[in-house]
Amino acid sequence: MTRRLLPGAALALLFVACCTATFAADSPAASRTLLIRNATVHAATDDGRPLPATDLLLRDGRIAAIGPRLAAPADAAVIEAAGRPVTPGIFGGLGRIGLEEIGLESSTGDYAQRLGQMRPEFDVTLAYNPESMSLGIHRANGITFSVLAPSSESGGSLVSGLGAVVALDGSAPAAPRALFVDLGGDANRLAGGSRAAQFMLLRQAIVEARAPNLVIVHDERLLTPSGRQVLLEFLQGSGPFVFDVDRAADIRQVIALAQREKLRAVIRGGVEAWRVGAELAAAKIPVILDPLENLPYSFDGLGASLESAARLHAAGVVIAFSMRSAEVHDAGKLRQAAGNAVAHGLPWPAALAAVTRAPAEIFGAGERFGVLAPGRVADLVLWSGDPLDVTSLPDLVVAGGVVQPAQSRHTALRDRYQERLGRGAAR
Amino acid sequence: MIRTCHRPATRFVLGSVAALTLAGCAATPRVDSAPATPAPAVPAPYPSTYVAPAAVPVLIRGAVVLTGTGARLDNTDVLLANGRVSAVGPSLTAPAGARVIEARGKWVTPGLIDVHSHLGVYPSPEVAAHDDGNEATNPSTAQVWAEHSVWPQDPGFEAALAGGVTTLQVLPGSANLIGGRSVVLKNVNAATYQGMKFPDAPQGLKMACGENPKRVYGSRRQSPATRMGNVAGWRAQWIEAQEYARDQALYESRRAAGARDARPVKRDLRLETLAAALRGEIRVHHHCYRADEMAIVLDLAKEFGYRVTAFHHAVEAYKISNLLADNGTCAAMWADWWGFKMESYDGIPENIALVDGAPGSCAIVHSDSPEGIQRLNQEAAKAMAYSQRMGRPIAPEHAIRWITTHAARAIGVDERTGSLEPGKMADVVVWSGNPFSTRALAEQVFIDGALRLDRNAPRREPESDLLLGQPIVEAARTGSTP
Repeated sequence: MTRRLLPGAALALLFVACCTATFAADSPAASRTLLIRNATVHAATDDGRPLPATDLLLRDGRIAAIGPRLAAPADAAVIEAAGRPVTPGIFGGLGRIGLEEIGLESSTGDYAQRLGQMRPEFDVTLAYNPESMSLGIHRANGITFSVLAPSSESGGSLVSGLGAVVALDGSAPAAPRALFVDLGGDANRLAGGSRAAQFMLLRQAIVEARAPNLVIVHDERLLTPSGRQVLLEFLQGSGPFVFDVDRAADIRQVIALAQREKLRAVIRGGVEAWRVGAELAAAKIPVILDPLENLPYSFDGLGASLESAARLHAAGVVIAFSMRSAEVHDAGKLRQAAGNAVAHGLPWPAALAAVTRAPAEIFGAGERFGVLAPGRVADLVLWSGDPLDVTSLPDLVVAGGVVQPAQSRHTALRDRYQERLGRGAAR
Repeated sequence: MIRTCHRPATRFVLGSVAALTLAGCAATPRVDSAPATPAPAVPAPYPSTYVAPAAVPVLIRGAVVLTGTGARLDNTDVLLANGRVSAVGPSLTAPAGARVIEARGKWVTPGLIDVHSHLGVYPSPEVAAHDDGNEATNPSTAQVWAEHSVWPQDPGFEAALAGGVTTLQVLPGSANLIGGRSVVLKNVNAATYQGMKFPDAPQGLKMACGENPKRVYGSRRQSPATRMGNVAGWRAQWIEAQEYARDQALYESRRAAGARDARPVKRDLRLETLAAALRGEIRVHHHCYRADEMAIVLDLAKEFGYRVTAFHHAVEAYKISNLLADNGTCAAMWADWWGFKMESYDGIPENIALVDGAPGSCAIVHSDSPEGIQRLNQEAAKAMAYSQRMGRPIAPEHAIRWITTHAARAIGVDERTGSLEPGKMADVVVWSGNPFSTRALAEQVFIDGALRLDRNAPRREPESDLLLGQPIVEAARTGSTP
């Protein structure tokens, strides 16, 4: 097979060549200047229309200006976007990027505790490995941030632990700002075989946390002292409780719990959340869902529908997307999932927000990720076409103010074997 | 390599009966209808009861047609009549009473085919009672047939139909070295699996490499516990199968010669399957991720004289694309799965395109997933995008083969479906636009000429009995809230 470079591929290579010299990758200073000219800018600041024929000026790792016909500073490298879209860096979902190298190898996976105890203080960010090969792969595909999310596994607890937003530029995760809780039929194994016991145990834990001086017989304690402290901080508003729950009836219980305890709730999974859209909107509870989930994988999700996202949006619920599977490779599927939500009725800008602004805001990182605005750290992607279509790929990725290499372990493998194929030697 | 001849050469038959049992099909004129062994006294058990319903002729007008044979025909009509593709061409005339679909701006493809599904054997909901995909009680369970586990009420079938899938192969799982027989189904709603069974499609044999068998049995302190144990396990099975096939052949030859004392071989379901696989009557579909293990399996097949029809989950197929092509072995792949187990660590999104780039190759996009089977077109589109990025653009008329003709070839139904050629089954999808995009939806899906899905006239009720009469399901279909 002859190797033929398309104009598009050639341009992409050119961009990398131009930009590594200026807005250098691996250069923390990133002091040079980059002008992206004539892009269609989807700032994701609201659900409005994109800005056509717009320039973005990046300087010192930040967005210096967004507007038409910006003057190119003398030191600027210029990229002609020719109308291609620019979006904020894409969200990688709630998952295990940097927490798991290989799915089935438990020695490489740190996303769950199996101590047999309720440990809200289990802080999964401590296990984060910014050098995991998956970061470079996802970054090259336009994903610039995700949420390190603990999960509940057999031998663990229905309170999964603490997680946080992380930039996929190799920097350290943010302080843990979300507490994860697993509810519903699949959590029965963690709570004595009943979802009623799940709510009972949560209530008991909350009572313990709110009354640190309460004398409890040691054997009947659910929480350690540090667990009580962490739970209390969240009850006092230090971050959201992320409830992994699907059945409409359970979601109603969560809404009631949130109101009773005055805690900030987020629904994750939410297969049947569309059924209680009005109540969720009234309670200002966002929903993080997998918009491809349309089959009744369990009896908690008989009401699964491809129109979930569109219905929740129409009801006024803030939505974000995350794949149900927390497999590391599935982070790359979020754009596809968002595009499918559009194919099933969700307005395009809302779908983009669900993989940019919304998740950033839900996890307290709205100042850093999810929108394009002057003054912000540059985290953006120039796309070959519609960013919510599977046919589009990034032509340029800037994360943490640094132009990212298009190379990753994947492209290294690709190049090695494409060369062998070219010689008829892939054997 | 014997491309057009599915049956393998006779290498495995070492005894004097070789010439009697199997004339090498490349060496002698092939008689398609003649089985390698005499017809059984009784018809094939568990026969298909599927009968295509009568349907009016259908004229699809003015579409972009991807034939599945490598052609793209713009502004072209497709005529379906009597359950068959009747004509493909410009300005066809609608027969009396035909349904006419104005399809300008729309795309038409053959019905999609998934060579790797567990719908029905691992159905939704995934309750313990539905765990019917792995007979994980012995490393070789060649005696089990996936079709005997298929639950026709799996809601996944209807969801796959909405993704344009008209034919699928359902396989046993991969816990075992030899998992059992697969079945090819038409994606039609029926109360029994026999009502879905693709008439006269060959069965497949599911085999599995690598981590799964050695993990399942190794954790029980049984063999196989290692990859070398895997290979020893397969070899032991094939040795038994060779002996069994030899005894079968000897009996048949003696019977044919009129020997009165000829005694039939005692029936053994496991060995019947394996012997039929050695004879090429059952196609070998081998779950295998790593390139080095695929190469071992190709040598295993040479040792015992059979062909590997396809490697499934062939995550590292790109490392040996020339070797696979030279062996005439297809690779069925995901677009972008990697890292979920050690043997998938080297998966790259260019896998499909690199396999496709080898001369004589047979790349297939498969799902292995109730979600993925709904979007085989999008999976293929991802592979196209990454291929373009590495400087190898792939046209839609070519990529469609990964999910139609190549798939049909692997499961042995390519002479009847998988392409839009006159005389083929009228398994056809009308897409709202270019199917290699996220937004395109299957608007109409025909199976044997019968309209099975029409997005303009959605079904009032779910096809699956499980979902019927469930208040939340009814609400989900209409979006009503209390």
